[in-house]
Amino acid sequence: MTNDPKIVAFLCHWCSYTGADLAGTSRIKYTPAVRIVRVMCSGRIEPSFVLKALKEGADGVLICGCHPGDCHYQEGNYKALRRFHMLKEMLGQFGLEGDRVRLEWVSASEGDRFAKLADSFTEEIRRLGPLAWKRVGNESERRVA
Amino acid sequence: MSKLKVAVYWAASCGGCDVAILDIHEKVLAVNEACEFFLWPIAMDFKYADVEALPDKHIDLTLFNGAIRNSENKHIAELLRRKSKVLVAFGSCAHTGGIPALANLYSKDQIFHRAYVESPSTVNPQGTLPQTATPVTEGELTIPTMFDHVYSLDQVVDVEYYVPGCPPNPERIWEVLFAVVSGATLPPPGSVIGAGERALCDSCGRKRTEDKRITGFNRVATTPLDPDICFLDQGLICLGPVTRDGCGQQCVKASNMPCRGCYGLPPGITDQGAKMIAAVASVIDAREPEDIRKIVATLPDQAGYYYRFSMSQSMLGRKKA
Amino acid sequence: MSHEPRIGVYVCHCGVNIAGVVDVKRVAAEMASEAGVVLSREYKFMCSTPGQEMIIDDIQSHGLNRVVVAACSPRMHEGTFQGACRKAGVNAYFFQMANIREHDSWVTLDKEEATRKAIALTRAAVRRVRNHEPLETRQVEVRKEVLVIGGGIAGIEAALTVAESGNHVYLVEREPTIGGHMARFDKTFPTLDCSACILTPKMNAVGSHPNITLMTSCEVEEVKGFVGNFDVKVKRKARYVDHDKCTGCGACVEKCPVKVPSEFDEGLSKRKAIYTPFPQAVPNKPVIDRAACTYFRTGKCRLCERFCEPKAIAFEQQESTQEIQVGAIIVATGFEFYRGEALSWYGHGRYPNVITALEFERLNNASGPTEGVLRMADGRVPQSVAILHCIGSRDKNYQEYCSRVCCMYSLKFAHLVKEKTGAEVFEFYIDMRSPGKGYEEFHDRIREEGAHLIRGKVGEVTDLAVNPEEQGRLIVVAEDTLAGSRLRVPVDMVVLSPGLSAHRDSKVAQLLKCAVDKNGFFIEKHPKLAPVDTATDGVFLAGCCQGPKDIPDTVAQSQAAAAKALALATRGVVEAEGRTACIDPEVCAGCKLCVSLCPYKAISFDTAKEISVVNEVLCKGCGTCAAACPSGAAQARHFKDVHIFNEIEGVLAL
Repeated sequence: MTNDPKIVAFLCHWCSYTGADLAGTSRIKYTPAVRIVRVMCSGRIEPSFVLKALKEGADGVLICGCHPGDCHYQEGNYKALRRFHMLKEMLGQFGLEGDRVRLEWVSASEGDRFAKLADSFTEEIRRLGPLAWKRVGNESERRVA
Repeated sequence: MSKLKVAVYWAASCGGCDVAILDIHEKVLAVNEACEFFLWPIAMDFKYADVEALPDKHIDLTLFNGAIRNSENKHIAELLRRKSKVLVAFGSCAHTGGIPALANLYSKDQIFHRAYVESPSTVNPQGTLPQTATPVTEGELTIPTMFDHVYSLDQVVDVEYYVPGCPPNPERIWEVLFAVVSGATLPPPGSVIGAGERALCDSCGRKRTEDKRITGFNRVATTPLDPDICFLDQGLICLGPVTRDGCGQQCVKASNMPCRGCYGLPPGITDQGAKMIAAVASVIDAREPEDIRKIVATLPDQAGYYYRFSMSQSMLGRKKA
Repeated sequence: MSHEPRIGVYVCHCGVNIAGVVDVKRVAAEMASEAGVVLSREYKFMCSTPGQEMIIDDIQSHGLNRVVVAACSPRMHEGTFQGACRKAGVNAYFFQMANIREHDSWVTLDKEEATRKAIALTRAAVRRVRNHEPLETRQVEVRKEVLVIGGGIAGIEAALTVAESGNHVYLVEREPTIGGHMARFDKTFPTLDCSACILTPKMNAVGSHPNITLMTSCEVEEVKGFVGNFDVKVKRKARYVDHDKCTGCGACVEKCPVKVPSEFDEGLSKRKAIYTPFPQAVPNKPVIDRAACTYFRTGKCRLCERFCEPKAIAFEQQESTQEIQVGAIIVATGFEFYRGEALSWYGHGRYPNVITALEFERLNNASGPTEGVLRMADGRVPQSVAILHCIGSRDKNYQEYCSRVCCMYSLKFAHLVKEKTGAEVFEFYIDMRSPGKGYEEFHDRIREEGAHLIRGKVGEVTDLAVNPEEQGRLIVVAEDTLAGSRLRVPVDMVVLSPGLSAHRDSKVAQLLKCAVDKNGFFIEKHPKLAPVDTATDGVFLAGCCQGPKDIPDTVAQSQAAAAKALALATRGVVEAEGRTACIDPEVCAGCKLCVSLCPYKAISFDTAKEISVVNEVLCKGCGTCAAACPSGAAQARHFKDVHIFNEIEGVLAL
């Protein structure tokens, strides 16, 4: 149980977070591995959030926003989309499997889809194995903080 | 007045920082007047044993340049830490890892293999790799152990101050030395000194548009560069927006080259690459994943661009094991 | 607050909704050891009055200055608990909620797992709230004037509703007259009221209302400002007739020697170069069509000027710009009929007796080109008419959506054809959609009147006859999907019933920074609960600009939009969002990246200080600028990097 993957999901308030709420009110069961952090708009999500999550021990990161055209703030999800693709490319240079960070559009009505997505993404991360980024460098070489 | 007791050391570095100290030109005479040196391998002859023999905290100021790449670097860093009142991470490598830390995108094994087996100029059919201890008739010869990871100085020992730059701007060096010698009140430990508090764009005089759009990334070697227009507006990655001011803009102003980020992060941000992607990707002029990927593909080696000088202090720090 | 965080944590049982799955005692106990936590409790129903009072009492007796409630979604009760904090003198933004119901107890099977997740989520909230800052909401005064864009039935109704309340309305219409599509229709379904008879009194009321400034031949050119305080530039096109002098006598129109196709009649009749679009136009004063006018084309003529007694002809008139200030904007820009290639597929433009719905409306209209007699191109009255539904609609190649009104107006056509000509009528439909008051009954009535209602999408309309009966007629080839047979129906006339499209050439959405959907219709703030609001505060939607709808729905929505605009004006002030972005002037290096990224144009560049500045009244707090700011100068209040980082550490801590 404790060896289960840990996944941080960044959800926009208006669509995806509401969609996740709907999964709850519909009592759809899904993995507890996915831990949700709310932002007002996926346009607020920046690469440093993803890096921070990976560094703090997340095995995968999920980014969710409104479907294209539905952004509450007009265009924020497109900004998230561009940052995601650029970041993903760079993460490859750090040896990160492309599937560890994922972006999906989830609308406020897609509670069921969010639950399924949480499960399938967790399964994918389980397959990739733990990331354990905290263990970067050699403890004997580093200063003990 | 007794002279200021000073040490200068180079770990994993190119020597440029030492040269930069000499680049203060005739002021070096004033430095010599005010300072007594206890170690400066590139300029004067001292032995490690002489330093080891000093009482702890004997040295007033150590300017330590270079990253921590091997056991010798670490040993001397620890030694100088013990012997110094004030230890300064001097230059990009000691500050944030610098060029040597780009090697964190590879493992030690990959590096050895490349350097001693695969490189075109190498003939090494047995695949012999460097050994840290070699028995010879006189006994055992040892060389320092290369680490699997390159560290910034403060990842190995406590550091009072940071002077960024590859190399630090000589005028800033003089200001720092002058401040110490003249007994001025120093900023709180942990501060970056000899640099500005904002991003480089603050002092950059290039014209910028308010409607940047990136349709593809250009590269310095293949693009005619307008000396008066913001590099980002010309489709070039310039790290000015994510780099601390204070360098004097040797690249941007004098050489018409985009900023490469050697002064490190400005205060308040945590990762040059993350911030650069956040900023640049936002203005990519495409909406479809396929089109976005095509534009991103015109920028090979993002990590090399963003973390040229700051890999050790980047959030990820190295390639996944 | 300068003093150290003193946090109170409250874990809600929500009856058994949470406590049945999550070990709430353990969650509360775990939080007690987090830095800054003064007390950590669990309680049956935190949102109840005793629950809220517990928070208030604790704030007062334990000197709490931060509150975390682990309960349901913040979308449910964030406001409730913020209110409790405020009551006890703690800034509402020193509150944070952990969602351990919708995101945990309701979705997690295993109790241990659910408890661990609850601890992680609550810990994230605790760590975050430590770094919260107090935020203020500010009040901004609202102007009472309202701008209505578009003078069709939607705009007319909205303008009249607002004007009747005593507030002033600017009604901007780009055509020379108001009336829109409804003025061109003959009858309206299902009651068969004469369209003009019910519309023109409203048009006249608009024209003469003391609280309405009617601005025809005008277009909105620029919108600046924000809810309650919009500054709008309106471009008035040159009409070449001074409407202050013009009496509308019509002498000029009579004398004008130029004839061009009338837009109002779909080109089925001619109008003059100086013209009023139709007899009941409001304002009922002519304009000169510069492109058609002989004087403008050749420099000679000026006949109209010679016969104009009040000397109202003004060839020298120029386009002008007027600035108006309003507090709210109602968008009523309407629709256009689908005009794409599906029409020509069915022979429109190729066969003269294939006509569109709008052409039918005009041909059938007593004031239309044939004075209401339905004639074919050769002047004969048709003996049989086919009416084809869903032209361009419900078709992935053209418009995927259903336009809602076409079935009903097509049934109306069947009635009118029957009534006027006695011709046989064939209606080809995909599905018959009649969901409205009296609509199904109307459908039954038309069937009883003898129209042939055939369920099947028409494959083609052709004049290639295969038997003598088809000779010289239009043959409608279709499948009757109920009978399962293929049909060839020879008719004299085919009426195509196209769907409704969004205006393709309108830049209104862009000017107002309103989003449109993939079909070009304005997106409402919420499809169910905020159908006339938009994401831009102070901008409301009325009528078909938001999506196809019939006249009753349009009028209802117009009144709703007017009510929303009036509610704003009556309240008199708006509260500006506290969770806005800010740009630290000490950090900003002036790279200008953020300026174009703001969807609300809330960021401007101060050229004197060489830094970007946020107009916090315009800012909606999306945080895009904060995410894109490379130097960390732009920050999203309440969603700063440090807050998100705290949360990430928290959710991963167990």
